[in-house]
Amino acid sequence: MTALTLHAPILLVALPLLGAFATPLVGKLGKGARNTLIGLIVLAVAGLAAMLAIDVFGSGGIPTVYELGGGTFTFPLSGGQVPVRILFEVDGMSAFMGLITALIALTGAFFSFSYWKERSGGNLYFSLFLMLIAGVFGMVLTGDMFNFFVFLEITSIAAASMVGFRVWLKQSQEAGFKVMAMYTLSGLFVLLAIGLLYGQYGHLNIAVLARSIQGSLTDMVALGLLLTGLAMKAGAVPMHMWAPDAYGESPAPMSAVLVVNSQASLYGLFRILFTLFGASISTGTVGWILIVLALLTIFVGVTMALIQSDLKRLVAFGAVSQIGYMLLGVGVGMAVIATRPEYGLVAMQGGIFHMINDAACVGLLFFASGVVIRAAGTRDLNQMGGLGHRMKWTSIFFAIGAVALAGVPPFNGFASKFLIYEAAFKLNPFLAVLAVLSSIMLLAVFVKAFQAAFLGPRSNTSAHVSDPSLGMMLPMAALVLVVIVFGLFPGFFVDHIVTPAAKALWLGRDAYINAVLGG
Amino acid sequence: MNIGNLPFIVAALLVVLGLYTFLFKRNLIKLVIGITLIETGVNLFLVTLGYRTGGISPIYTFAPEAQQMVLPTPQALTLTSIVIGLATTALLLSFAVFVHRHYGTLDVRKVKELKG
Repeated sequence: MTALTLHAPILLVALPLLGAFATPLVGKLGKGARNTLIGLIVLAVAGLAAMLAIDVFGSGGIPTVYELGGGTFTFPLSGGQVPVRILFEVDGMSAFMGLITALIALTGAFFSFSYWKERSGGNLYFSLFLMLIAGVFGMVLTGDMFNFFVFLEITSIAAASMVGFRVWLKQSQEAGFKVMAMYTLSGLFVLLAIGLLYGQYGHLNIAVLARSIQGSLTDMVALGLLLTGLAMKAGAVPMHMWAPDAYGESPAPMSAVLVVNSQASLYGLFRILFTLFGASISTGTVGWILIVLALLTIFVGVTMALIQSDLKRLVAFGAVSQIGYMLLGVGVGMAVIATRPEYGLVAMQGGIFHMINDAACVGLLFFASGVVIRAAGTRDLNQMGGLGHRMKWTSIFFAIGAVALAGVPPFNGFASKFLIYEAAFKLNPFLAVLAVLSSIMLLAVFVKAFQAAFLGPRSNTSAHVSDPSLGMMLPMAALVLVVIVFGLFPGFFVDHIVTPAAKALWLGRDAYINAVLGG
Repeated sequence: MNIGNLPFIVAALLVVLGLYTFLFKRNLIKLVIGITLIETGVNLFLVTLGYRTGGISPIYTFAPEAQQMVLPTPQALTLTSIVIGLATTALLLSFAVFVHRHYGTLDVRKVKELKG
């Protein structure tokens, strides 16, 4: 392990955070200098995330522990010692989330360089972007409850500002207020739960708490608060009303980052359910709560997408529904964790694999819809039409993203959704039926959107449009490559990155605790 | 003086009042007040967790021997939470200002162009 890999967890947070505050200053020197700085930072972050992932996946399921201001303790500790300082603990699941964040950070930043070229407020935009990235990395890498709350609030503030920083847009202000209010409420729920846990056990470290947790009534109250707070921030129905507004009103590349932010909250939820409370709750009950939330999210998300005529809002509701599939996969895994049948791990693999697939597909769709909306000059699908004649590549990219998200083979959405269907069917056929039906409805949604925007005769609005510049085409092409490669070789990716992540959650509770406290 | 569980009751009361305000009031500023009330309740709860009856402030330099100290960690948590609360409240209020500028009202029933 090189020194760089050793310090990768903190660098992943520190570099974007430093960049976020340096951006407005460097921006004074001009756009070139600013873009170079941001480009270097996201490239470095992607490299570090990849190095960290290779290291963690290669270590055979033993999490990496990083101590802030370290050097005093060697991990794992021995003889009843407890960690005093804040720890970062990276297991398979954290490294996997790091990869997703890095993918969207990289493509989002390079897409934004062209997308935001002629617009004002670029310094603010990139500053918030980097802060959001730093917060998401912190959430997925930290091993400390309070630290998790701090990063959660960093993402909340950055994300809400991202939605509403264009103060001259009427609707973005409404969305911004709504998003910030819901995020703050969810953050306070989480903080109250952390207070309850601290009051009983006197520690904030996740591993220490996980070992000492008793399952008392207070713990259950804390669990309920954490479940509500984090599901709210992930945009699960019935606490989803902020999500379509946020995804719909923020700048197009940022919607993709907001989706990753929601996934990070979902990660926090999974971490708390499996690692923190794993041994002291009725896993069947909690698993079924997740499944019910999942079905509601899938169904409401898709049905609401069906009636939209605003392209961005349509994609936003599609993104909301996909959160449900992740919840469904992991919920099925949670419901059967006590008996551990074969299909439990399959369900976990499906749910977790769907996270990276969703990030790629939804990212691609948001990028493409941003390009389309700018070219057509309207967001209303009824006023678009015939854009495909002159925007061939964009329409192909949009189509690939749409069918992949709807779960059509041979793209990546099918690979992960098939695992979810398979496992959900074994638990209860009704779950799989509803999930498949919703996927078909989602396909109908995107067929409608594609037909309305790209097909049809040439019209006045579509006469002067063209595919965007190479700076926007390449990031979209990179995501298309991910979509296709993950769809054609799902076995390779499931074996090498998804299974370690799923096992870290499903089976890795003891490994997570022992990496800090010793066996 | 022993005040027992009184602070916990006050904290719970603040949280419940804040939730009530957040759920049932129609004015954006009142919603922000509701959120601030919840936040105050949570902060009070955190500080109370670390309180020890008769404890002194947790500074070891020149501390009298064998005297109980209050716990320092919850105080650090509360400070962090207050700072975060300042940022969120400021952001919420500025959004409320801009909503008022665009819509000419603070009534949530009239600020709903985004729905469905």
